[in-house]
Amino acid sequence: MNFLQMLGRRALDVLASWGRGALFFIDLLRAVPAALARPGLVIAQVHAIGNRSLVIILASGMAVGFVLALQLYNTLTTFGAAESLGLVVNLSLVRELGPVVTALLFAGRAGTSLTAEIGLMKAGEQISAMELMAIDPKARVLAPRFLGGIISMPLLAALFSAIGILGAYVVAVLLIGIDAGNFWSIQQNGVDVWRDVGNGVVKSAVFGVICTAVALYQGYETEATPEGVAYATTRTVVTASLGVLAMDFILTALMFSTP
Amino acid sequence: MTNKRTEILVGLFVALGALALLFLALKAANLASFTGGGDTYTVQARFDNIGGLKARAPVRSAGVNVGRVTGITLDAQTFQGVATLEIRQDILFPRDSSAKILTAGLLGDQYIGIEPGGDEKNLANGDVITQTQSAVVLENLIGQFLFNRAADGGQATPAQ
Repeated sequence: MNFLQMLGRRALDVLASWGRGALFFIDLLRAVPAALARPGLVIAQVHAIGNRSLVIILASGMAVGFVLALQLYNTLTTFGAAESLGLVVNLSLVRELGPVVTALLFAGRAGTSLTAEIGLMKAGEQISAMELMAIDPKARVLAPRFLGGIISMPLLAALFSAIGILGAYVVAVLLIGIDAGNFWSIQQNGVDVWRDVGNGVVKSAVFGVICTAVALYQGYETEATPEGVAYATTRTVVTASLGVLAMDFILTALMFSTP
Repeated sequence: MTNKRTEILVGLFVALGALALLFLALKAANLASFTGGGDTYTVQARFDNIGGLKARAPVRSAGVNVGRVTGITLDAQTFQGVATLEIRQDILFPRDSSAKILTAGLLGDQYIGIEPGGDEKNLANGDVITQTQSAVVLENLIGQFLFNRAADGGQATPAQ
């Protein structure tokens, strides 16, 4: 009996937390128009979320491009297909690695800072103070951050893919000596703007929604103590990363399963 | 003014992101080759066997891209594969041109090669190319080879 009760309680807890998350997400969406009316706040958040993530995104994209080119070259030469290196790097970056790795880095770099910021605001009772002054904290604090995340993510992912391809160009063309014209033309033949690049952008926008919403929710629901904020930032990274990976599988299945 | 500086930095970030997207679309994908051609006309080519040809495969003449395969269907009357080709408006082929399904390299994708004929009239929108050569299917090739070996009298009996 005890065991059954414990199981039931766990299940109810899980359901309740899912419900709280969903309600929070709906509230967040409702607050978006109010944030659109004040673009200054959104711009400040794009700066805090997007601009400040640039360095890590560009450095990682470059490194991923380098390594992909080196590793793929070793394998592709055994099939005499070293020319298609550019295509493989391009497709893997644009379709998968760009959106996903950017989202994972984004969760670590921007998501944690959002959670910690909101969590400390809550711990310092700034959010309650706003409510007392009849200012809706969701419209004033959360929605601009949400929009900032959604705007920043596709741009960061595009930069990641672009710099990755340039990195692969450096390794493949300048170091290994694959023909530059071949490197580009095989990409132009094999990569479709809407199917590959467009779907990659859609993916990264969805990941932007997931990462930012999770980070804001964890910050907003945090226990107002130092430990609570610490737990909340950890949960942000774990939940957002798992959410991104699960969603990536679903989106890939929907976008690329049919020829 | 920190606000103005922030706005400039954000503007820079957005412009950089847009530039990256543009780079992906133009340099690293096929948008440029789409818009380069402009107007196209459509002809159909009937093949006994379409092989591994796919929609969006290139149409080439003398190795140069002149168009794209836009659709592949089966004609239920003749049981032939019908490929719809979109060819650039400024390139006109004689009416008796022939179409072949070729393969780029040993393992490459298949494409349609057009060899111009000698007719004075040109292919127009909606015409059908009847002189075609189907894709080479490996199984048929091996089958033919084995058949020829058997027809030769089978003096070359392979060791069991």
